[in-house]
Amino acid sequence: MKIINPIKRGYLALEEWFNISFGPDWNPLYHLGTLTFFFFWVVLVSGIYLFIFFDTSLSGAYKSVDYLTHEQWYLGGVMRSLHRYASDAAVVTIILHMFREFALDRYRGFRWFSWMTGVPTLWFVITLGITGYWLVWDELGLYVAVLSSQLMDALPIVAGSMANNFIEGQLTDRFFTLMGFLHLLGQPVLLIFALWIHVKRLSHVEISAPRGLAVGSFISLLLLSFLWPATSHAPASLSKVPAILNLDWFYLNIYPLLDSLTAGQTWVLTIGITMLLMIMPWLPPKKTGAAAEVHLEECNGCGQCAVDCPFDAISVQARTDGARWEYEVTVADKLCAACGICVGSCHSSNPFRSSNKVLDTGIDMPQFPIDEVRSKTKRALSELHGDTRIIVFGCEHAFDVEQLKTPSVAVLNFLCTGMIPPTLVEYALKHGADGVFISGCRNGDCYFRYGNIWMDKRFNEGRKPMLRERVDRSRIAVFRAAVTDGRLIRRELAGFTQQITALNQGKTASAAQDIKHA
Amino acid sequence: MLSAKRLVLQGINYALFMGLVWYFSFSPPYVRLAADEAMISLALSHAGKPVQECRRKSQEELNKLPPNMRVLEECPRERSPVRIEVLVDDQAVIDERINPPGLYKDQGVDVYHSVKVPVGDHRLEVRMNDNIRVAGPTHHYHQSISLSAADLLVIQFNHAHNQFLVK
Repeated sequence: MKIINPIKRGYLALEEWFNISFGPDWNPLYHLGTLTFFFFWVVLVSGIYLFIFFDTSLSGAYKSVDYLTHEQWYLGGVMRSLHRYASDAAVVTIILHMFREFALDRYRGFRWFSWMTGVPTLWFVITLGITGYWLVWDELGLYVAVLSSQLMDALPIVAGSMANNFIEGQLTDRFFTLMGFLHLLGQPVLLIFALWIHVKRLSHVEISAPRGLAVGSFISLLLLSFLWPATSHAPASLSKVPAILNLDWFYLNIYPLLDSLTAGQTWVLTIGITMLLMIMPWLPPKKTGAAAEVHLEECNGCGQCAVDCPFDAISVQARTDGARWEYEVTVADKLCAACGICVGSCHSSNPFRSSNKVLDTGIDMPQFPIDEVRSKTKRALSELHGDTRIIVFGCEHAFDVEQLKTPSVAVLNFLCTGMIPPTLVEYALKHGADGVFISGCRNGDCYFRYGNIWMDKRFNEGRKPMLRERVDRSRIAVFRAAVTDGRLIRRELAGFTQQITALNQGKTASAAQDIKHA
Repeated sequence: MLSAKRLVLQGINYALFMGLVWYFSFSPPYVRLAADEAMISLALSHAGKPVQECRRKSQEELNKLPPNMRVLEECPRERSPVRIEVLVDDQAVIDERINPPGLYKDQGVDVYHSVKVPVGDHRLEVRMNDNIRVAGPTHHYHQSISLSAADLLVIQFNHAHNQFLVK
């Protein structure tokens, strides 16, 4: 039995709680990226509204924000609060997103790129928030401006002193023009670019949160905005020091450090933590399995594997072997996550083919070729005893189905359940299995992103290669379970076994009836 | 399916999430200055004096140069480091020696430094040496000050009058 680390166990318990509350389709932990995007859209729309009324001058900035907050509280004030709370919520979802990937060990190996590019993206978000606080030009804005300038002054690349600008009489309206440009255009564009890089190695990228989750989040934000509207501190004064500040700890947590550390030390600490986070995928490194291999003699270039690949590792190109097909596929080894989903996509991965010789397919996994899948299935089925014989297909990243093995239950683990060709289920049913029970990562949480989804669509929604209609669905069960869901999966398997036993008894009774009639 | 149970559970989750967002959006308050503290900031840009006097070239040296390059004086580019001390009631609260930046150490220095001081009456003294060839301060300032809670006293340097400006 695998030992589950306590962080993963804790995370999975939280995930289960959200599954109970929201169901897998709306579980916020499965949609942290799209939720962050959703909050970003709220920030963008509310920000555009605020900018219409914002006065980009030294004397007018505070007044214009104050007008929105108090005079136009019913719209401008709500927009300001939405702008602030959605920004804060985005930081929470980003931190949770990072925690999730860490807890589930989804940041190493082939995922290094997404993790490494995600860390600076967080900083882009933080700096965007920081410049937003400058613009209000209250006591907090001045505090942030002066301390940010002190941090900038500590960098050897910055000539002169930025902090000296915040002395009475030095500051001009041009400051707000610069900050306005940075906050409203420069930084958001940079952030979008960073996000584009962050998801560069993924395909089928979702940026829209499920409607129910978006509606729920928006209503909550709106309620919060009405109940506790965001307000300003006193106007910035260059002759007074604000003694007590209500910091937004999501964005401004670095500044109190400057009370006990110098600006240089703060940089060293910040850069150190950032670098540590960025190199985490190699502490220690995780080996990705061998990349998928294309066998051109079996590939007709249909491109389904390229469509299904969750990591954009497969592309379609013109035929190079002179065969009659127009296209072929090719695998970029460095991008391949070794999930085997492409094997499940390939029409040639059909165990009914070449029954007396080695089964070759258009695209295969060297560590678990389709021929081995077929022979292992065949062997497992031949070893089954009892009246109700079940074969369980599992996934290496979900509940360890080896624990379900009994004389009447055979098991076979795949790299991902998305690797299971639908024809293999039919093959198992025709070669001795009374029922096929498929496990895999929890719904909505496939380790390889789309394995579960593609499998469901191939079985039920006609996605190619589809499970043929004549296959008896009552003899197939799918129950996704995480490593901690042993009790649930055992209960489900027991229920499925009973169902198959009843089907078998019905079949026997009906056969006996037929004989009697004959 | 959105059952009543799920609706309630979702409401609880949204409330917890927004509660977290709301709380850390403002709290806990950060006390930057205690009720009996004020702040003194030293904020100045100043260029130290050249490390050496300009030297007048001899006629012989000038003759060796092309006519268009016969500048009478040769001045070193490197400037002196600037040392600044701020003393409150004879206790040094800021003591910095800043080397001039630049490849040839020929740039002016910029200083921004803030310290917390207790409120009340104090004797403020500022000393600066910007000339390596002079021992002791080249600029000196002292004054009695009275600081109230959360006051910000800024020490600058007025180049037009070549003296400190405290306000």
